Amino acid sequence: MTLREQLREKISAAFYRHGLLCASYPVPIILFTSASILTCCYPLLRLPLPGTGPVEFTTGVRDYSVPSQEAQGDLGERPDWYHGPPVAYIQQVLVKAAVSPWDNNLVMVDVFRSPLGKVFSLLEEIRNHVHSDSSGIRSLESLCLQVTDLFPGLRRMQSVLPEHGCLLVSPGNYWQNQRDLFDSDPDLLKTIQKHEPKGLHTSATLRDLLFGVPGKYTGVSHYNRKRVVTYTITVVLSSYDASFLSSLRTRLKQLHPSANCSLRDDHMVHVHFKEEIGVAELIPLVTTYIILFAYIYFSTRKIDMVKSKWGLALAAVVTVLSSLLMSVGLCTLFGLTPTLNGGEIFPYLVVVIGLENVLVLTKSVVSTPVDLEVKLRIAQGLSNESWSIMKNMATELCIILIGYFTLVPAIQEFCLFAVVGLVSDFFLQMFFFTTVLSIDIRRMELADLNRRLPAEAGLPPPKPGPLRIREAPPPPRPSPHTITLQTPAFRNLRLPKRLRVVYFLARTRLAQRIIMAGTVIWIGILVYTDPAGIRTYLAAQVSEQSPLGDSGGGGLPPHLAVAPVFRGGDPTSTLSIHPAPDPTPLPENQSQGHHGSARGGSLPQAPPTGPQITWGAEDEEGWRRLSFRHWPSLFSYYNITLAKKYISILPVIPVTIHLSPQEAIDTRHPQDTRHPPPPIPKVSADLQTDLTLYKVAALGLAAGVLLVLLLFCLYRVLCPRNYGQNGVAHGRRRRGDLPCDDYGYSPPVSEISPLLLRGHSMDIECLASDGMLLASCCLAGQIRVWDAQTGDCLTVIPNSGCWEQRDLWDNISGNTESDCSCEPRDPSVGCDGTPEDKCCPLRRRSSPTRPPLFTDQPDLTPLIDTNFTSQPPCNLSTPPRGGFDFGGLVERAYMEHEPPSPSTYPSPSSSSVWAMELRGNLIAAGRSSGKLEVCLWDAVEGSLRCTNEDGVSGITALAFLNNRIVAARLNGSLDFFTVEMNKPLGLLQYRGAPGRGSMPPSPCYSSEDLISCQLTRSVQCAHQKPITVLRAAAGRVVTGSQDHTVRVYRLEDSCCLFTLQGHSGGITAIYIDQTMVLASGGQDGAICLWDVLTGSRVSHVYGHRGDVTSLVCTTSCVISSGLDDIICIWDRSTGIKLYSIQQEVGCGASLGVISESLLVTGGQGCVSFWDLNFGDLLQTVYLSPSGDGQGVRQLLVLDNAAIVCDFGSELSLVYVPSVLEKLD
Amino acid sequence: MYMKDKNCSPGPILVCAYGSLHCGRVANLVRRGLVLFTVGVFLALVLNLLQIQRNVTLFPEEVMTTLFSSAWWIPPCCGTGAAVVGLLYPCLDSHLGEPHKFKREWASVMRCIAVFVGINHASAKLDFDNNVQLSLTLAALSLGLWWTFDRSRSGFGLGITTAFLATVITQLLVYNGVYQYTSPDFLYVRSWLPCIFFSGGVTVGNIGRQLAMGGSEKPHMD
Repeated sequence: MTLREQLREKISAAFYRHGLLCASYPVPIILFTSASILTCCYPLLRLPLPGTGPVEFTTGVRDYSVPSQEAQGDLGERPDWYHGPPVAYIQQVLVKAAVSPWDNNLVMVDVFRSPLGKVFSLLEEIRNHVHSDSSGIRSLESLCLQVTDLFPGLRRMQSVLPEHGCLLVSPGNYWQNQRDLFDSDPDLLKTIQKHEPKGLHTSATLRDLLFGVPGKYTGVSHYNRKRVVTYTITVVLSSYDASFLSSLRTRLKQLHPSANCSLRDDHMVHVHFKEEIGVAELIPLVTTYIILFAYIYFSTRKIDMVKSKWGLALAAVVTVLSSLLMSVGLCTLFGLTPTLNGGEIFPYLVVVIGLENVLVLTKSVVSTPVDLEVKLRIAQGLSNESWSIMKNMATELCIILIGYFTLVPAIQEFCLFAVVGLVSDFFLQMFFFTTVLSIDIRRMELADLNRRLPAEAGLPPPKPGPLRIREAPPPPRPSPHTITLQTPAFRNLRLPKRLRVVYFLARTRLAQRIIMAGTVIWIGILVYTDPAGIRTYLAAQVSEQSPLGDSGGGGLPPHLAVAPVFRGGDPTSTLSIHPAPDPTPLPENQSQGHHGSARGGSLPQAPPTGPQITWGAEDEEGWRRLSFRHWPSLFSYYNITLAKKYISILPVIPVTIHLSPQEAIDTRHPQDTRHPPPPIPKVSADLQTDLTLYKVAALGLAAGVLLVLLLFCLYRVLCPRNYGQNGVAHGRRRRGDLPCDDYGYSPPVSEISPLLLRGHSMDIECLASDGMLLASCCLAGQIRVWDAQTGDCLTVIPNSGCWEQRDLWDNISGNTESDCSCEPRDPSVGCDGTPEDKCCPLRRRSSPTRPPLFTDQPDLTPLIDTNFTSQPPCNLSTPPRGGFDFGGLVERAYMEHEPPSPSTYPSPSSSSVWAMELRGNLIAAGRSSGKLEVCLWDAVEGSLRCTNEDGVSGITALAFLNNRIVAARLNGSLDFFTVEMNKPLGLLQYRGAPGRGSMPPSPCYSSEDLISCQLTRSVQCAHQKPITVLRAAAGRVVTGSQDHTVRVYRLEDSCCLFTLQGHSGGITAIYIDQTMVLASGGQDGAICLWDVLTGSRVSHVYGHRGDVTSLVCTTSCVISSGLDDIICIWDRSTGIKLYSIQQEVGCGASLGVISESLLVTGGQGCVSFWDLNFGDLLQTVYLSPSGDGQGVRQLLVLDNAAIVCDFGSELSLVYVPSVLEKLD
Repeated sequence: MYMKDKNCSPGPILVCAYGSLHCGRVANLVRRGLVLFTVGVFLALVLNLLQIQRNVTLFPEEVMTTLFSSAWWIPPCCGTGAAVVGLLYPCLDSHLGEPHKFKREWASVMRCIAVFVGINHASAKLDFDNNVQLSLTLAALSLGLWWTFDRSRSGFGLGITTAFLATVITQLLVYNGVYQYTSPDFLYVRSWLPCIFFSGGVTVGNIGRQLAMGGSEKPHMD
């Protein structure tokens, strides 16, 4: 034993023990796991919420020093981002300028033209300011942030924003900082307006950037009633020099004293910006998330054969997600702060960790034998997959380790997360998921138990069911011909349970409410934590109402003392020239201005008063009124990001400028007086804000609709594909007809009781049906026609179809047969086979017992072998006549049994029927002798209408479509016949009307009707070897042969369309239906799906050990059965095996599909109904009271939802109304 | 910068000739080609955006417009390339007679796409010390992608061919001045381009194979 094997064994044993442990104590283990998840996620509480705005931190100016690079431990409330130098220092010079005293000669343009003009001299002053002290001479040039290049895409901005040198922004930029350009500009507002973006914009506009105050506070408009113009000159400094700044401040204050200004200048504010995510960044992110969802969807779709598929899928997703959370939590716990963008790497982590292990585990556990105890199943499933799981994990760890040695910090971090995530995922898989799985499996067992309970009471222990053999008592059979499984009770228990949850959710709208509540809470948190949000407003309110008033604002941190939004809104909303006196007096802040008398003046009297320049607390940090994206967007124009960095904003330098009217008039542009301001006052402004509001509202609405649509799509994607259908089915049920419960489910009213059709003396070999009629042929060559509705025997056609011979038969049978309905000359038709003994009035004998038919004939059962496909190809060497000739065997048996009376015996030349088809009133029978017979059936005569003895080789398969018959022969040739008759086939409509034996219907075909069967075309070498299967549908004839090929012919002109190659063994099964689905199965156990239109192979799977014996397709899956007695259900589109059903020996080939989701299989003396979607056994119906159980070898599903199966020499007709009721 | 165009110019003709044999097959081919084309265009857009993000920290609104107007022909080229490569893979498989059976399911394909986008993301977002390191890392990642999701010789060969041809074509285009990289650092782009093309080829081939197999199923991607 190698080391590897030893290791493998040990791992397997360990997993086995672990599985036992998990399945034994599910609840404690789940509790333990949840506790450990929560513990590991606890550190995550410290991480900030996503989506909040920038964060601020205030320090004093005086003792300011650039924070050191590495974060020192705990420095009071110093935030963790506050280390290292900031990106930039922002020094704003806030200019308030007014023309005073106001003169009535002045026009509105004068309000801002000359004040704006002042900016150039101020700029000059600032640029040229030089501070010299002992340490040297410093100018702005050396301190300011040097920008090199504008962002390449910003051609439009080029003329406005500084491109080289100092980043110094002021309104002067509109005119390239050139006074003469300003002076010659005829319309200042137009110049300013020119650069405004069209439409709705979210980020800071150029106007905001240049003016440094929000547009409406600038006062640069025609409707400025305060006549004060406010703007800032923003200087961005790269390094901090206290002495230079203070000298600049003193200089400016000296030049333009602000007498009444008491702005505090001892605090600087550091603003830290979060990662900013724009639409462009979101696109790749969204893509990865979409891929992630697709991955999860496709993965969880594979979970099957469990009690609650979606529960398990949820558990799988929870496992992965919580392992990621645990990994992040653990990493933070051990001091590793995540620097990567969590949202970005998250999908990749999920993909790396993957859902595969979970799926593999589920599959492995589900595939263990179902009759084991749950514990053992889990343990076995675990230990089966232990090696592959460990191997995968080791491989992934190795890959990640390699990644770790790339020495790229980001990759290293990713790898670290992935390693911890992998380990915790393994832990969770082992403890959490395994336990959930065990609970699920146990629930399934319980469901099975429940299903069986009702039938158990007081019944003899029956034979175990075909598949679900378990410690639970096997299905009992209370009485013959009744259902074993009490479906109604079970259905009531199981299906509505699932529905109940859905209905509950729908009724209470739980999901919506949770989402709504979550959204509200989230928005609340956002609003509360937003710097411009409610918290500051509340704080401002408090500070306003405090008796200390504004002067007491110093007691509060400055960023609390300002209310940017609400206070800022006030001045414009009040129409008075001077704001109405505030209840809290701000004496120091009031202007000592020139026109104190105007105080309190109202609008009508106001015009001649001069503007007042006031300095309020809101000016102290005027930048707060700007959009919080103001600074990031300013820097982004120079390709500098502020994400995760901070800037320091220095206290503003207030500058007050008073201009005399004469100055204003001097600076006028000649055009200024020509444009009296168009009288559309303030409405436009209001309108604008209103419009913005509407735009925002519309945008929000659109976003909401989009969100709902997205959720809907998600729901559709994640929703089980079949429960919607079930719901519809319930809704469609005729509620009045049947008693329903709350959920629209009505228990079936009728029980299943098989009808036994007796009459054949030997085992039934061929079955054919067209829905209304049923034809069967036994080994003795006798053909009987039954009414598929009632089970009445309508006609008997004895061997070889020669009436002369049949007469002889009658003679032999003598009195025993005289009472039988098989009397061909007798117009009455009896019904001797039904157990209920529904006798026709014309029956001559009163004895209800089964007539001892053919007692004089030997038992031929040991000779039965109807399985053509299992015949070794040695047949091929024998001459065609002898290939499958049972006739000889039968003959011999007859000879032994009854040597005398040779004359009464059918002539030895008669041969057995190998294939039979039924359409309308016509039965086509293909015989081993190569003779094709077409019999016309009607209630009276089972007369042979037509024979064709062209062929010499035995007919192995027949297809009867419309008026064409295709016969495949043993020698590989294919014959096409056309059936012609004098009367049109319209007469066939009567075929359903007769059948009640008492009423002999008028003969549809008088004996004069000529029916001819002509060989239209014979394809001699259709196949090299015997044709084993022949199917026809949708105008195509498909043949499969021993020569490994499938051929497709067109029915009309018998032209060979395709030869399909792909099997490595003889073809044994073919399926084709109206929708042109073609599937073939071969002796190699392979199943191929073909595209009939193109002849291409759609998929190819190996499913069975040994031959594929039968194949059926539904719209979603392919059902195959093989010689290994396993029925496999495959997904048709992907070719993935969904599950398999173990059949009883010898019954493998008998299966049929009743509806899209109901499968019937035959067993020993019983048929079972399965739910195709879940693989659940729904019902088992026993066919005979004795239960001696001959296997059901053939099974035919009729159109009227009945099933016919051969059962030895009897036929059994089973109706399945109750099951259809649900699944239809 | 991100191009996968015209790397297999005889491809479409071959495909057409082959398809005309069975006219029903053409519909299938066209459908697959369309899906692959869409996937290619979509991926090209997204990955291009990722690469641009490397150089741009924030997107002012003006950038987006200039971005999409300049080289509009790149996404269609990538789409065509993707369609050709994606159709070639199953074709090659069937010609070599070794059907690809390794992990043939949509979940695996999705995983593959996610890893591919991840590699792009890494190459765009991470800062490497030098270009050799970048190249080596990306090469290791691409090989890992191939080993995890493909493991077929034909896939490897075709991937290498795709990478080689696409890189050569890109270089030619750049030398002739038809197109220019967004990054002034020439070596940087050259160091990751082949790896990205290789893994892109493998990914698209994976999708193509799955499409050829799955037939009617539609990829739930975009």
